[in-house]
Amino acid sequence: MTPSPRFPISTTINGAPRSAEVEPRTLLVHLIRDEFGLTGTQTGCETGQCGACTVHLNGTAVKSCMVLAVQADGQEITTIEGIAPRGQLHPIQQAFWEEHGLQCGYCTPGVIMSSLNLLAEHPDPTDTEIRDALEGNICRCTGYHNIVKSVHEAATRIARGDQPQPIRTPE
Amino acid sequence: MHPYPFEYHRATSLADAMTLLTEHGDDGKLLAGGHSLLPVMKLRLAQPAHLIDITGIQDLKGVRVDGDTIEIGALTTHHAIATDTTLADRLGLLPEIAHVVGDQQVRSRGTIGGALAHADPAADYPAGMLVLDAEVLASGPSGERVIPIADFFLGFLTTALEPQEIITAIRIPALPPGTGFRYEKMANPASGYAIVGVAAVIETADDGTVSDLRVGITGAGDVAYRATGVEDALRGSMLDEVTVKTAASHAIDGIEVLGDVHAPIEYRGTITKNLTRRAILTAFERARA
Repeated sequence: MTPSPRFPISTTINGAPRSAEVEPRTLLVHLIRDEFGLTGTQTGCETGQCGACTVHLNGTAVKSCMVLAVQADGQEITTIEGIAPRGQLHPIQQAFWEEHGLQCGYCTPGVIMSSLNLLAEHPDPTDTEIRDALEGNICRCTGYHNIVKSVHEAATRIARGDQPQPIRTPE
Repeated sequence: MHPYPFEYHRATSLADAMTLLTEHGDDGKLLAGGHSLLPVMKLRLAQPAHLIDITGIQDLKGVRVDGDTIEIGALTTHHAIATDTTLADRLGLLPEIAHVVGDQQVRSRGTIGGALAHADPAADYPAGMLVLDAEVLASGPSGERVIPIADFFLGFLTTALEPQEIITAIRIPALPPGTGFRYEKMANPASGYAIVGVAAVIETADDGTVSDLRVGITGAGDVAYRATGVEDALRGSMLDEVTVKTAASHAIDGIEVLGDVHAPIEYRGTITKNLTRRAILTAFERARA
């Protein structure tokens, strides 16, 4: 099949300007992973249900497999790689580690991006608010229990002003 | 999964969108939030050769109040509707519905115009629109028209929109103070779609009897509908657990209930009756509060 003419787009991704020429049918998740090489964002169900592809578009959590790359033209994209400087962990990542909020880790980038969206609007969420906010993220490993604990811990750390920290090697 | 190749156009205004739609005819399809269209394109059930992105048309976004009439721009997202304080105040059923559409990621992209134009049999808004006596405002090659919601949903994924018409806004009368409402939903845990969803609006007279009851049901059949059997059974009556249960048993009268992997026919029918009962009871409590 003949690919359609390429469409030029410019985005800011994790604070850096990046341009590309894409087929209109290119999904945002593939722009992020294949074109920009940021593979922290996952493809899971590819049908917009599992949320493993969740990123921030202009600061709002979206499922990047349900957005065309061309729709991100002129927009700001934040992926899991961009929430803390390279080699450092954001307080929410630290919280997920310490509260055992992940097992295989496949859903985790999406869960974290969705959780950050929640915490931006509700800095001290209830269990119900956390579970509601994560309805668009499916986890097969954890049963969500420790995810909820991790988000509570993240809320605490963010509220007290914790900053990204270099990854600690366990003693 | 990838759609077939297509060409992408960005409409800068409503007029621009209509020109593009006319130019591309059957090969053209509007793109708004994309959360109904892109899934079908990725499954290759739809293969439009030209997508016309209308998300840049600012005129089609936002909530406007004109006296007792509320007008919601077609490109208003579910999130914007769910969090709108004017709507919470004067048309509370709508934010209640918007808040349970899909999930937070879907709600930040999906639009009310897109949802109504697509008319998924398991979408949430149609049940609400039917009980709110909404009107759909559309613009097309033959001009503008107003489509009453009772005439809008024709069948499975089929609406009264002409091929080149664009929904511009939805117009809804504000709910009178003292009106009770409730949207009761059983959601598919993965997709967030309604296995069954029931919207109820109720007005009570001074003596506590039901002066008006409207019940809209989605997910049960291949298109959303008004459960007139339920409404007729309770209008003018005092409402209690027994009368509501009896009335709710009419929730699927005359409907070919869907059976699928999420709910076999009999189960779906039972859920419909139960959610109808719950929606009416909750709406009634709220009307009396």
